[in-house]
Amino acid sequence: MRDVVITGVGAVTPLGGARGLHERWAAGETAFRDGEAPCADFDVTDFMTPKQARRADRATQLAVAAGDEALADAGWADGLPYDPELIGCVLGTGIGGISTIEGNQDSLRDKGPGSVSPLAIPLMMGNAGSAAISLRHDLRGPVFSVVSACAAGSHAIGTALRMIQHGEATAVVTGGAEAPLTPLSRACFARMNALSPTGVSRPFDARRDGFVMGEGAGVLVLEDGDAARARGARILGTLRGYGASGDAHHITAPHAEGRGGARAMTVAINDAGLTPADIDYVNAHGTSTQLNDRAETRALKLALGERAAQIPVSSTKSAIGHLLGAAGAVEAIATVLALRDRIAPPTIGWAQADEDMDLDYVPTTRPLETTDGTPPIAISNSFGFGGHNATLCLQAA
Amino acid sequence: MATTATPQSIEETVIESLVTFGADADAINRDATLEAIDIDSLDLVELTQVVEETYGIDLEGSDFKKIKTVGDVVDLVVAKVG
Repeated sequence: MRDVVITGVGAVTPLGGARGLHERWAAGETAFRDGEAPCADFDVTDFMTPKQARRADRATQLAVAAGDEALADAGWADGLPYDPELIGCVLGTGIGGISTIEGNQDSLRDKGPGSVSPLAIPLMMGNAGSAAISLRHDLRGPVFSVVSACAAGSHAIGTALRMIQHGEATAVVTGGAEAPLTPLSRACFARMNALSPTGVSRPFDARRDGFVMGEGAGVLVLEDGDAARARGARILGTLRGYGASGDAHHITAPHAEGRGGARAMTVAINDAGLTPADIDYVNAHGTSTQLNDRAETRALKLALGERAAQIPVSSTKSAIGHLLGAAGAVEAIATVLALRDRIAPPTIGWAQADEDMDLDYVPTTRPLETTDGTPPIAISNSFGFGGHNATLCLQAA
Repeated sequence: MATTATPQSIEETVIESLVTFGADADAINRDATLEAIDIDSLDLVELTQVVEETYGIDLEGSDFKKIKTVGDVVDLVVAKVG
């Protein structure tokens, strides 16, 4: 089977781009403002002409900016290294252009059908992000988006992995984007009692009371390992494996014993040709909700056995909240950079253990130790409403 | 019929809209082709919304069949407003 390497990463997050997020999360910084995690420093005019910006929902704008950073990081700024027809783009999103949906609904209600924008559909469609990146960089291989709520970013990356492994593409630009800080989505998640009333994201802590909604995008450049090495690419890490499963249990609640989550982790580790003993770090889904963090702890024990208690388990959401369909992509980037620097970043604010939740949740950053001196290996989990589970297995270069 | 329309005010409205859609203001003149200023069919649909709301006229897709330049657009709207 072909090996698939990560040659570039880019992100727009509440703590900055890919490197900004990595460094600031490791330093224990958080990005919460009034109970949310916005990308307050993002300025679309840095990336797009007025015409391009008008034709892109904020979710797409974030995706395009993250894509630019990722392609430049991969050394693609001066041109594509492969036949454009062999470069794909797969992005994940939970909803797509929700602010566009809301704005046009307002127009429809207030001024009638004739006032709805002819740009509404291309802006709101869930595949707008992959379309925009494809158009911008002339990517003509397989191009589409995947929708699986908060697991979408990881499903997109896993799908991209398979495309390269199966020879459909030599490289795939992949990740996820979400811009959900809108009145409708705030109200919807609040009505589900999913959001933290205190506005603090405290994954795995006994005091956790819900997730903090954030926005952003993460994009990775994946390449066939042989092709990347042949062109002398700088390699950040290897995407070793991918596992996906369905809970088939409840539309929003995870299976209490972590059945589906454990299955995704086991499949990913097997897919990588590894065993639980090879895993050095877990980037958890860790949303800071009562149900997820307990079920995920159980799933980790189910999948990893005694190894679960021996390795650091931390959540990026303690720093930037929950980026929904972008979360898996941004967290994969944070994971590969942590592996590269041999650190276990923290679950910021974790202080009080909850009953039966007794893993090592890493309250402060510390060096990442590996047992046999090989580059460290991690799994990164993403679980979505609908019972969608996806796990990526990543290794430092 | 919200506004009293003159050929000049219609031209101003059209140009203002084209700039809002992302066309380069310095490149817009009556002879500029829509293609040259990067105005496409989606922009023209938006433009029909603006002029319909501003002048109370109805424009159809077929009205734009022979439209090539900014001047053609202005003349079309002026003719419709009558």
